[in-house]
Amino acid sequence: MQDVHKAFGSNRVLRGFSLEVEEGETVAIVGQSGTGKSVALKHVVGLLKPDSGEVKVDGQDLGRLTTEQLYEIRRNVGYVFQFAALFDSLTIAENIGLGLKRIPGMTAGAIAERVRECLALVELEGYEERFPAELSGGQKKRAGLARAIATQPKYLLYDEPTTGLDPVTTTVINRLIMRTREELKVTSVVITHDMGSAYKVADRIGMLYQGVIRFTGTPEEVQACADPVVRGFIEGRPELLEGAG
Amino acid sequence: MKTGFLLDPFHFVGRSALDTTAQIGQWGGLGMDTLRALPRVGTWGRLLPGQMARIGVDSVPIALFIATFTGVVMALQASYTFTGAVPLYFVGALVGKTMILELGPVLTGLALSGRVGASIAAELGTMRVTEQIDALETLAYDPAAYLVVPRVLAGIIMFPVVVILATSVGVAAGWATSLYLLDMSTPEFMKGLRLFFLPWDVQFAVIKSLSFGLTVTSIGCFFGFTTEGGAEGVGLSTTRAVVVSSMVILVLDAFWAATLL
Repeated sequence: MQDVHKAFGSNRVLRGFSLEVEEGETVAIVGQSGTGKSVALKHVVGLLKPDSGEVKVDGQDLGRLTTEQLYEIRRNVGYVFQFAALFDSLTIAENIGLGLKRIPGMTAGAIAERVRECLALVELEGYEERFPAELSGGQKKRAGLARAIATQPKYLLYDEPTTGLDPVTTTVINRLIMRTREELKVTSVVITHDMGSAYKVADRIGMLYQGVIRFTGTPEEVQACADPVVRGFIEGRPELLEGAG
Repeated sequence: MKTGFLLDPFHFVGRSALDTTAQIGQWGGLGMDTLRALPRVGTWGRLLPGQMARIGVDSVPIALFIATFTGVVMALQASYTFTGAVPLYFVGALVGKTMILELGPVLTGLALSGRVGASIAAELGTMRVTEQIDALETLAYDPAAYLVVPRVLAGIIMFPVVVILATSVGVAAGWATSLYLLDMSTPEFMKGLRLFFLPWDVQFAVIKSLSFGLTVTSIGCFFGFTTEGGAEGVGLSTTRAVVVSSMVILVLDAFWAATLL
């Protein structure tokens, strides 16, 4: 993403957001609630269009693609939503199988097999016929992850994957993100304000502040960073953020 | 900050006009997306029968309930009005003509704007605020093809079917009322029914109900798609869908009467 600006009415959310993600790496974008992390992520799959700037995936500028070309890009991207966004009226198996139906040549048997594999990966075997309303928050997030990885995407985008979860479930989700990266060799972007998660899962962390990436570095570099905004955020000290420009 | 009509009438009227114009533009945009989604038969084709059942078959009981009592009341009020002045067999003419031309399509349309329009707006509105529509897009589905086309097509196909059923039951209820409560015979009622009947009347009713089906479902989809916020936004969209589609039904009713009769 290069110099992306996005406003909703008079609210300027992104004010020159730039970030490059290399093949195979996991980048966490951290920042306070309401700073536009999810807005930035939605640009990557074309759910939002920038007011200015460019968003490229696989070297293709999303703003110049036809609808069909955009769908082709989306087939390579898995998106894990903050509140899972599972389809209420469909069973878990149908939710996970929905993306697979778009793949030419996938038979019903192959879809069922892939659904079982994905559910096993997120440790939800036997939940095929349940409906989302019958799952706990953590189970929904895992089912959402299973849906995102079902089509074996090259890229995975996680929007607040551990928000609202207890510490044990948070650890389970973090392990799943790392396992997914190792087993599927995907490139991932993780939006979070949970620094513990960011340190665990990310190769690189970007700090979003006032609509721009303020700092990027490895977890170690972030921990050693002297920028008061970064320090204020990771140490939970609002007085440092208030004093920063 | 919203400005009330009493505080600043010019600002209020101007803002309302701008909002309405923007909404009409958005509705047109969704209409274009829906037209562009029509060739994606693989996406909407398998969903159409389910929507036809939900929008059409499930609406039959309420439509027949309304039509039955409308037919009964029509016959009784016609008899009350005609007493001594007009031959009683005109009850059949009035029940038939009014049910086919007006009450069958309009009352069914209004009832279905509440049942179907509200249901569509609430369902899609909830999907919007819980990011399910975004999720659909990330799975490379065209939301218009998956959500809008099957609902709108089901409305266009099933509204006329429900209206024809309801009108038939309404006329039958008027006949039964004439027979058992007004001391009329079946030949008398049928004489009145045939007196002013034109096959065009049925075509007119079908055209009206087609347009009502399109109106109720597309407005329900529009307000669902443009829902913002949480539960309050869903409630607002649902209310707006019912109010706006009811108003448009009445405007269309007058439009068809002025242009086709």
